[in-house]
Amino acid sequence: MTTNLKGRKVVLHDMCLRDGMHAKREQISIDEMVRVATALDAAGVPLIQVTHGAGLGGNSLQHGFALAKNEEYLNAVCAVVKQARVSVLLIPGLGTMRELQSAFDCGARSVHVATHCTEADTSPQHIAFARKLGMDTTGFLMMAHLNSPEGLAQQALKMESYGAQTVYITDSAGYMLPEDVTAAVTALRDVLKPETEIGFHGHHNLGLGISNSIAAIAAGASRIDGSVGGLGAGAGNTPLEVFLAVCERMGLETGVDLFKLMDVAEDIILPMMAERIVRVDRDSLTLGFAGVYSTFLLHAKRAEARFGVPARDILVELGRKKMISGQEDMIEDTAMTMAKERGLLKDVVRARVSA
Amino acid sequence: MSKKIKCALIGSGNIGTDLIYKIQRSPVLEPVWMVGIDPESEGLQRARDMGLKTTHLGVDGLLPHVLDDGIQIAFDATSAYVHAENSRKLNELGVLMIDLTPAAIGPLCVPPVNLKAHADQVEMNVNMISCAGQATIPIIHAISRVQTVEYGEIVASLASKSVGAGTRANLDEFTYTTSSAIERVGGARRGKALAIINPAEPPMIMRNTINCLTEGEPDQSKIIDSVLAMIEEVQKYVPGYRLVNGPLFDGRRVAVFMEVKGLGDYLPTYAGNLDIMTAAACRTAEMFAEEILAGKITLKPTATPAPALTA
Repeated sequence: MTTNLKGRKVVLHDMCLRDGMHAKREQISIDEMVRVATALDAAGVPLIQVTHGAGLGGNSLQHGFALAKNEEYLNAVCAVVKQARVSVLLIPGLGTMRELQSAFDCGARSVHVATHCTEADTSPQHIAFARKLGMDTTGFLMMAHLNSPEGLAQQALKMESYGAQTVYITDSAGYMLPEDVTAAVTALRDVLKPETEIGFHGHHNLGLGISNSIAAIAAGASRIDGSVGGLGAGAGNTPLEVFLAVCERMGLETGVDLFKLMDVAEDIILPMMAERIVRVDRDSLTLGFAGVYSTFLLHAKRAEARFGVPARDILVELGRKKMISGQEDMIEDTAMTMAKERGLLKDVVRARVSA
Repeated sequence: MSKKIKCALIGSGNIGTDLIYKIQRSPVLEPVWMVGIDPESEGLQRARDMGLKTTHLGVDGLLPHVLDDGIQIAFDATSAYVHAENSRKLNELGVLMIDLTPAAIGPLCVPPVNLKAHADQVEMNVNMISCAGQATIPIIHAISRVQTVEYGEIVASLASKSVGAGTRANLDEFTYTTSSAIERVGGARRGKALAIINPAEPPMIMRNTINCLTEGEPDQSKIIDSVLAMIEEVQKYVPGYRLVNGPLFDGRRVAVFMEVKGLGDYLPTYAGNLDIMTAAACRTAEMFAEEILAGKITLKPTATPAPALTA
């Protein structure tokens, strides 16, 4: 079914210390980060992303406060990696160029500059600044299922014009089917310069992380994001060690040691999921089915606990309202509105009548 | 009051155009000039159609007419990069500058919080912060006047169609200016601003979420009263300013969920972000205009020292 990909080179980018922060409610310690990054580095993973789940500037009431500052995580990880480059996520509107400079000063040398899939023109300052710093710079089109292949290509062209060296199709909701990925990557490949790379970032909410990544490579992508052990938002990212095994079977060249990566997943990541195993369950499957941003999962579960509206109902409503990355506040808001409609909550009233 | 204060609008984009409608309705303001930089611009054509004099030569095209046409108040809706120069030139002619860019060289103004103080001081340049600042700082102030706010954080969600090219290309300036105003005007010890641009169709109405961490347990009934009273103050100039949910109390966190529906003057009603900015600027100009017309204050040319010559 897939064309022969033997000998093609693919750059693997691990997300577990950034996307995995969402799955751990931003509570990964510096020691854990150092242990994971050391092991990924030893396995030959060339790029490791490290920050708060929402990236630079992510520490907030909106996105939760991590155990440490981004700079503390970055300093600790950059000090131990030998061959890997450390990357960060920057979402304009949340993170700023000051924070990117600070991350660079800590040793970060690669950045995903992320926008919603129709709003690439919020990223020119940040992409240009990353290039000026000499960073490996990617434009990261989130919630890609909400734009057409032609629309994505237009957005990718903008990011390329700002200076992005790679443009990603980012399936934040884990909603895309392999044929969607093929169409999106093909549309980008048709318009971008030959030297501009294409990446794919998947979520495993429909169990399609691996087949979607393979579809992306077949259509011309050369960078794949995944998380070792699948530690990421929703049902996790494309599980990197599983994807690597498939790459080996297909003859794709990654330079990463499969058995070492398996050991990281089994010996280090799995114990980190003691509280909650990241997997396809009722709620994460709902994300993939309804096209909802994967990070919304745990927020919706918290809202369920407080307001008595089932997380699945909240997620479906958020999908219907087309809420996007960064609108976590609308989860609580939507849950409260639904709770009022169901007679579980009342509007506030004045305690005193003012004079 | 039949006499009106004459105004010039600088910048013929979304904000400048919407301002024409707001100012034309004002009992004390009259829009006379629209300044642009592109003779072909739709905004300048529209301004002409609405009876304004126009120039496409930037502020320099306006300066020769300021005194003859009796311009006393100017609104700058261009960019942070050219605002300082625009302001200097007009201030020298005794024109008060209302700054709608993120330049913020003058004091920050949120009408129900500190407008009266600025008018009494006869400030010659006041800055309107940002749409998100206008929509959220009143609420932060309503909480901080009850008890100390250690941290104030706001999230503004804007419809993609309502966000112009200038804001998109300069999101960091929007973030910095708004964060700083949450502290300096809102009264929070630390502030943070987040912006989201959502392309959903039909476009979503502007939403703002305000989260504050109070020092100690929040005094729930006092905060509810203060927030509801403040919302009524804002509604006086932005009728579509509405509480959707909250105040919600979660430990020391107080969350308020607002919606801003516009009047639909230039852009449709979803663009509440445009309205709250132009309505606040118009309200600010009106306060100054009322005091000028009542003879309480007089605008004076500011003597700006010539740039020092360096050897």
